Amino acid sequence: MVRAREVAEAVTDPELPDLTLAELGVLREVVEQPDGRVVVSLTPTYTGCPALGMMRADLEHRLHAAGFGRVEVRAVLDPPWTTDWITESGRRKLAAAGIAPPGPAGPGARRMGPVEVRLGATRRMVACPRCGSDSTEEVSRFGATACKSLWRCRTCREPFEHVKEI
Amino acid sequence: MAFDNAYEAITEDNDDVRWAFGTGFADPLAGLDTAVPDGVDGAALAAYCLALADDALVMSHRLQEWVTNAPELEEEMALANIALDLLGQARLLYTRAGQADGTARTDDEYAFGRSAASFRNVRLAELPNGDFAQDMARLLLFSTWRLALLEALTASADPVLAAIAAKGVKELAYHQDHAAQWVVRLGDGTELSRARMTRGLAEILPYAEELFTPADLDRHAAGVGVDPTTLRSPVEAALTQILTAATLDATARQPAPAPEAGLGRDGSHSEALGGLVAELQSVARADPEAVW
Repeated sequence: MVRAREVAEAVTDPELPDLTLAELGVLREVVEQPDGRVVVSLTPTYTGCPALGMMRADLEHRLHAAGFGRVEVRAVLDPPWTTDWITESGRRKLAAAGIAPPGPAGPGARRMGPVEVRLGATRRMVACPRCGSDSTEEVSRFGATACKSLWRCRTCREPFEHVKEI
Repeated sequence: MAFDNAYEAITEDNDDVRWAFGTGFADPLAGLDTAVPDGVDGAALAAYCLALADDALVMSHRLQEWVTNAPELEEEMALANIALDLLGQARLLYTRAGQADGTARTDDEYAFGRSAASFRNVRLAELPNGDFAQDMARLLLFSTWRLALLEALTASADPVLAAIAAKGVKELAYHQDHAAQWVVRLGDGTELSRARMTRGLAEILPYAEELFTPADLDRHAAGVGVDPTTLRSPVEAALTQILTAATLDATARQPAPAPEAGLGRDGSHSEALGGLVAELQSVARADPEAVW
């Protein structure tokens, strides 16, 4: 019999359809309760991301279709999602889809404490997912979805998207 | 899979929540442990969350007004993205408010079912949009202040509010960075851009004082909320750093007294909020049964 976890892990992200929710790192826990209920814990990426409602619905739908009658999807906010949770296979799939995967966000990426801003040329290097060139530039910090920024490759001249470190 | 019509195809088994992308939102905090911790006054927590939610909703609306009006397409997407983040924060905070005061009101009920007079946002958020420079000055001040506020709120006595704040911190850091980049670019730009950035800051900065002035709802939320007087120092330090990088006079900022008309946190608002709320609620009022 198919386990609920396998079904849930195979559900794909509505905005990055090459990635499963497991690869995206938003699936925290899938528990089959003794009474047959399936409880899925899901972490939102960005607070306002409209994909969250879709993910919930997709999870419920796939689990129902796999024979799990009662499904409960729970939001987990703490600790907040980070792009560091995107798996290695998720990163490979992003790159293969022409989307530059995020670099390490790291625990100190956003230090807690006094508000400070890093201005100037401290931009991180993002390699072009098409030609591999490091000669790239950011066109816009905000892209077609909350999680991506827009970049351009100076070598192959192609635009590409980059999943922002968060 | 074969379907008789397109609607059936996208609804699959009459799963109505899936009828269109991004619709059919459920409670955004569904499944979270939403009990109010011992020793925390639920009503005070609710009032505090409501004020933070109103800040985010009203600021989000002003940013959305730039859509179709921004100087370039990339900027339009940036402002829409920032507005969306704030809208998401507002939804979580409204939902938390409804849990904390025991009324179980939804985010939609708070956003669409209240009069302008019951909003508790700071006045900075409701100011009508000016030119692009002025609105970047506002976004810089708003995001710098809210970032400092949410950072401090990660230690809130309410674990749900702390978790919402921790998520928001990451988003606000991007917002602040975006506004700061523009302030530097315009301030240290051409004669014209510099003049407009200077004018924009002069319009906006008098509204800073209110951000550091405690209101009743701050005082009642001790432990849950943050004493706004503690935010002055980190916010001013960040502004000084950015304005210096923008070659603008960082010392010329005159701390204006708190607005004589009162605090937005106490329900004293400018006329501008009425128009904003009317537009925001127009669809919900025209068709109260509508869902989206």
